[in-house]
Amino acid sequence: MPNMSKEKHPMPSQAPEVRSQNFLEVALGYSEETAVEEARRCLDCKNPFCVTGCPVHIHIPEFIREVAAGHFEEAYQVINRDSSLPAVCGRVCPQESQCEGKCVRGMRGDPVGIGRLERFVADWHNAHGVQKTEKPASNGHKVAVIGSGPSGLTCAGDLARKGYEVTVFEALHLAGGVLVYGIPEFRLPKSIVQKEIDKLEDLGVKIETNVVIGRTITIDELMGEYGFEAVFIGSGAGLPKFMNIPGENLKGVYSANEFLTRINLMKAYQPDSDTPIQHGKKVAVVGGGNVAMDAARCARRLGADVTIIYRRTEAELPARREEVEHAMEEGIVFHFLTNPVSISGTDGWVSSIRCQKMELGEPDASGRRRPVPVEGSEEDLEMDCVIMALGTSPNPLIKSTTEGLETQKWGGIVVKEETGETSRKNVYAGGDAVTGAATVILAMGAGKTAAAAIDERLQGKEQ
Amino acid sequence: MNKIIRKERLNPSVTLMEVSAPLVAKKAEPGQFIILRVDEKGERIPLTVADYDREKGTITIIFQIVGATTEKLNHLEEGDFIHDFVGPLGRATHTEGLKKVAVVGGGVGCAIAYPVAKKLYEQGTEVHAIVGFRSQDLVILEDEFAAHSTRLVRMSDDGSWGEKGLVTDALKKLIESGEQYDEVITIGPLIMMKFVCLLTKQYGIKTVASMNPIMVDGTGMCGGCRLTVGGVTKFACVDGPEFDGHEIDFDEAMARGTTYRDFERRAREETCNLFREAK
Repeated sequence: MPNMSKEKHPMPSQAPEVRSQNFLEVALGYSEETAVEEARRCLDCKNPFCVTGCPVHIHIPEFIREVAAGHFEEAYQVINRDSSLPAVCGRVCPQESQCEGKCVRGMRGDPVGIGRLERFVADWHNAHGVQKTEKPASNGHKVAVIGSGPSGLTCAGDLARKGYEVTVFEALHLAGGVLVYGIPEFRLPKSIVQKEIDKLEDLGVKIETNVVIGRTITIDELMGEYGFEAVFIGSGAGLPKFMNIPGENLKGVYSANEFLTRINLMKAYQPDSDTPIQHGKKVAVVGGGNVAMDAARCARRLGADVTIIYRRTEAELPARREEVEHAMEEGIVFHFLTNPVSISGTDGWVSSIRCQKMELGEPDASGRRRPVPVEGSEEDLEMDCVIMALGTSPNPLIKSTTEGLETQKWGGIVVKEETGETSRKNVYAGGDAVTGAATVILAMGAGKTAAAAIDERLQGKEQ
Repeated sequence: MNKIIRKERLNPSVTLMEVSAPLVAKKAEPGQFIILRVDEKGERIPLTVADYDREKGTITIIFQIVGATTEKLNHLEEGDFIHDFVGPLGRATHTEGLKKVAVVGGGVGCAIAYPVAKKLYEQGTEVHAIVGFRSQDLVILEDEFAAHSTRLVRMSDDGSWGEKGLVTDALKKLIESGEQYDEVITIGPLIMMKFVCLLTKQYGIKTVASMNPIMVDGTGMCGGCRLTVGGVTKFACVDGPEFDGHEIDFDEAMARGTTYRDFERRAREETCNLFREAK
């Protein structure tokens, strides 16, 4: 008999007033008892909608059934068939618009806490580290993976398990991509990312940091003198977008990428780090996505009063619901239907931001109602730091150094959907480099698709 | 980890290091830069490639000791390792088809101007090198410039080396005397480059300035190195580091360059104290 409680078991978390002073993980995870009870809320639908909501189609009712029975390792194995990064996705997936958004329990009450259960199962597996992954026998084929973010790690892992000799090239000094430079410690502890990377190294994957493909080595050289038979490009999103408003290059204006990289990758918040960061007192973050929430919550932890400026309403915020709630609990103020028009400075430093009220008009190409300015509604907000979290445009490095690599007008790499192959034979791509800024799970899915296609090609199953 | 093959003190505050980095050395061209991290807690700093040896697989860097990182770097010796060393980054200097060029370098910027002069000179371009320092004790690479230029003009602020005056005085004199340059390439302090560009604009001589803004990743991700060129935001790491000098907003670049000045000063003092205590 399932547990018919309408409410999801709450996630044990650090209290808002405590966590806004530290960078430790906010959500603490379910206990075994809570996980079993939450799992018992699943109705084990014959026709599970949750699975259709999952971009990589994890067999959700099946793994939850194992959790309900207390078979946590078995549950992990079910997830692992379709996902390589469950400890990550359980933490960062937008479940409310994916699996949980489709859960029938959600029609009357809360959906089953699928994300929390996924996280529980992955953490349980990591803590009880059953067997160490053995390096499989080599099949003699060499594949290069560019970038060590979610798509690259997934592609590398899937190929290594099949015996491919995989080398991952990472431009930064540390592997993990957006999982280490972008997503903050309090949302995704870096030890979890490191564990995933360690697992890959156990499988025999070589990770070469400090190599910028397109500069240090080109794709043509990888496939020529270096002898790689296939290449997967998972180089991620690129240059930050700005609004092109006056004052954007004043001191104290950051892109979210820069602000987060200084904090997450370079650990600028720790006293023994050599990397500087401005500790603003009044910080405005412009944007409404996960990156905006991450930047706002980091600034809060550095001691600032933080305001998020978003041109639509709360309902349109693209960020994960839980992050918005966490941000609000931590005292971050939201100015909805507001858009910056200029930034003013004193002695070269930001002193205020001028904003305009907006109202929602007709739907635009994305289907969302377009915000239109309200005449004469300008107001100045006093700020000493402004962080622009407006998304990114693709990195031009690989495109400009790889002949014959077709890209979209906006710069994304063109691929065949079924295989991830680009216009260059045996060169595949996936993740944000193809789609523009998207989610970890979509990037992971693209890495899996490409790994399967590379395997088919190199095994000669498909010419 | 990259081994320091050779270390040389060029003047009291400027050091040269030749670093083993075969992959970088294979590709590096004048105008490009590297990013390094001295140790595990270190920050990433960009330094322009001062020279490269493809056979030996080495990159030469020349740096001025300004902050904690360069202070720590300066404490490394031959045989020690630099924790991270990545490159070559940025676009190479455009040298093709240039017949006659004035290379204008100032201070430690001469370390970057030198490989550009060398490449131009070796490809047969007529190179007028105009190099300036505050005083004689700060002079670097004099012999190198002498060997790789058709004409070398030495300038110092106090007259202790070469002629007393600014590089712009010397450049103006050459232009006024009828020298015709296809291009002026300038590398040095922002204020110097600004005035070189103002000068050449009057004469309508195309001028390229090499920018060295604040950077974190150096690969087109963080946007910290942005500057305004011709009214448009550009990123020095992927669009530069060299830009049309007549289009650069130097005043903005100078302001942005001071973002962490207080932090740098404090950090350097702390680092110096640590080294002192360790002795």
